[in-house]
Amino acid sequence: MRTVFSAYVISATLWLLFGTGVGLLVALKFWLPDFGAGPWLTLGRLRPIHTNSVFYGFASIALVGLGYYVAARSSGTKLYSAALAWIGLGLFNVAAVAGTVALDIGYNNGDLEYREWPWPIRLIFLAALVVTAWNLIGTVARRRSEDVYLSNWYIIGGTLWTCIIAVVAILPWYQYGLGQVAVSGYYMHNAVGIWFTPLALGVTYYTLPKLLNRPIYSYALGILVFWTNLLFYPIIGSHHFLFSPLPWWLQTIAIVFSVAMLVPVWGGSSNFLLTMRGSTHDVIHSYPLLFIFVGVMSYLLGSTEGTLEALRSLQQVWHLTNVTVGHSHLTMYGIIAFMIWGGTYALLPMSTGRQADRWALALHFWAATVGILIYVISLTIGGTIQGIDWSHGMPFIQSVVDMQTYYIWRGIGGLLMFLSHVIFAWNVWRMCYGPAAAAMPLNTLRATGAVA
Amino acid sequence: MVYGCLAWAMGVLPGIELSRVPPGPGVEPLTALQARGREVYVANGCGYCHTQQVRPMNADKPFGRPSAAGDFKYQTPELLGSERTGPDLTNIGVRQPSSVWQYIHLYNPRAVVPQSIMPSFSWLFTAVEQPPTGLTPVPLPPAYAPAHGVVVPTPEAQALIAYLASLKQPPLSGAEVGVAMADAVNSAPSASSGAPTRAPAAAGGYDPAQGSSLFTANCSACHQASGEGLPGAFPPLKGDEVVNADDAAMHIHVVLHGLQGAQVGGVGYGGVMPPFAGTLSDADIANIIDYERSAWGNHGKPVTAAQVAAERSKQ
Repeated sequence: MRTVFSAYVISATLWLLFGTGVGLLVALKFWLPDFGAGPWLTLGRLRPIHTNSVFYGFASIALVGLGYYVAARSSGTKLYSAALAWIGLGLFNVAAVAGTVALDIGYNNGDLEYREWPWPIRLIFLAALVVTAWNLIGTVARRRSEDVYLSNWYIIGGTLWTCIIAVVAILPWYQYGLGQVAVSGYYMHNAVGIWFTPLALGVTYYTLPKLLNRPIYSYALGILVFWTNLLFYPIIGSHHFLFSPLPWWLQTIAIVFSVAMLVPVWGGSSNFLLTMRGSTHDVIHSYPLLFIFVGVMSYLLGSTEGTLEALRSLQQVWHLTNVTVGHSHLTMYGIIAFMIWGGTYALLPMSTGRQADRWALALHFWAATVGILIYVISLTIGGTIQGIDWSHGMPFIQSVVDMQTYYIWRGIGGLLMFLSHVIFAWNVWRMCYGPAAAAMPLNTLRATGAVA
Repeated sequence: MVYGCLAWAMGVLPGIELSRVPPGPGVEPLTALQARGREVYVANGCGYCHTQQVRPMNADKPFGRPSAAGDFKYQTPELLGSERTGPDLTNIGVRQPSSVWQYIHLYNPRAVVPQSIMPSFSWLFTAVEQPPTGLTPVPLPPAYAPAHGVVVPTPEAQALIAYLASLKQPPLSGAEVGVAMADAVNSAPSASSGAPTRAPAAAGGYDPAQGSSLFTANCSACHQASGEGLPGAFPPLKGDEVVNADDAAMHIHVVLHGLQGAQVGGVGYGGVMPPFAGTLSDADIANIIDYERSAWGNHGKPVTAAQVAAERSKQ
């Protein structure tokens, strides 16, 4: 390994290939239910393996790696402790491997979205988080400047809050029956929006100005988004259980703050878009910037869709349908994965002095973008039809039959997405072990079009 | 700090409060076998495709009464679910009481529901030459049965089916249902405009499209779309004596009140047919019966909702 940063990226890439390979197999099973029968390959075990390995294998490890790089660079210092970073990477991987094995042998914590791993394994993940938080704070504490750069607010904040989420999710005393439903609602949304979102935004607040060679449009707006995200996000989880026996007031508060989330979402995405304004030429000619652009657009559209989905009138049609699956991919993939790729393609060459080939960047970008579009559009249309079938009192099996076409389209989108990850893996290989570009300063990289 | 407080307020406090909700009337803890079955259900991720929450709205009516807080007292880990790729199972023990059907369906869902995309759980069964004493072989259709011997469920499969059979909603008093419904969606467009199931068939005539749709939703899982049933498991309706009899009283009675351990056409069936008196209106039942009496070459005399009402009032 060249650096601890590249080790994080390589590890994350392997989890991406594994997690989305499993995802592809799951998608295939909706079309060919008898394919791969048997306990180890049954759909109900593969589905949580898919979600947990892309969440806690791919996205978490990639964002922590990028977060370390951004924290050190933006503070004008070195990482507080490379050894701690290696320990953290080891812990993340031990947790993800153990979690995958546990789920496949049917040992789980319940079919509880994103916290299916048994609690001892989630404790390992928590230890990795604590190590990471410690290391990040130590790094930023050694900064040369007076201020803490905006990115580090997001990255450190997100890591610390996620430690709290992990503890709340593990402790058992208030998690019986309906009480656990309330915790599930809180957990499943916060694990996404308080962990992945702040880290991805933090990395982008560093990468975007760096690539464009100009400051972020509004630093103050970035701070506003930070605080509103913090205040509103923890409150909205119960919107996953609208019309359930959870108290009506809890559901209503969740809806109100889901609408309030438009403030950080629109604020954050317009801040990025206004930073890019007037640089259309740069964006079109730089794949890292294109990845970030798609990430920002997904943030704007996907999160606004999230607000709409939380409204009771739309929930009646969309809840429990495949629209939700489309939404979670538009956000986790469209926002998080694209921002990770933008950050990796921009920052990893600066760290290793090696670049990926432009044609391969193009192939990755277009396969992933077209793939996610097919995926989200097909499931959104299909899910709406499902919901309408149900509300019209049709026999349930009709909704299964009606989804068939859309399941196949979802598989096609998923196949393109998976192929794009194979190309990403090739690009990571080239950025880590390819021929060295003779120590080029950033401006030269820009001129060759490799970075921006 | 701020985040810690919010996590406390929105995660932990509701958790503490709601963990204390007392069980509703008639809500019982599971037996050891049923609890083991629930573990099999959880371990194999059944909850990713099957919800266990009935929402107070039109779309959820087929699955039972709206869920109430007291229903979840003994449900840890919770299984409300986030996706309904397959039907809700809150009340499946009432809606499908036949363990014979459940075993065939678990072994390979397509043996009874051709369009199903549920995985086959044949690995929860073993193929043997002779069934051990006390175990009845699963009456699989020949296309799905192994070439040699018979198929019997493993202890895991038996526990799972015992758990599914235990999923029965205890009735709520009218007032409690009222509270659950009041919160909800009476203003829903789907609820007010009237779904097809509530279409005005009551006004008189038989509506073939309606009858076919109701038959698919309620009957075809066992009796099959062909009306031929499954030999050895579920009796055929095609050419059946009761279905083709001029006097429909028996036909109406069976649909209203179900059937168990009956001889049909001289063949004994071990399965259980659920009663529909509690879930379907007179008009719906008349539509189903008229469909059965006119489909697949049957020529029984049609019935009216009034006849169903008369039969219902006899009890």
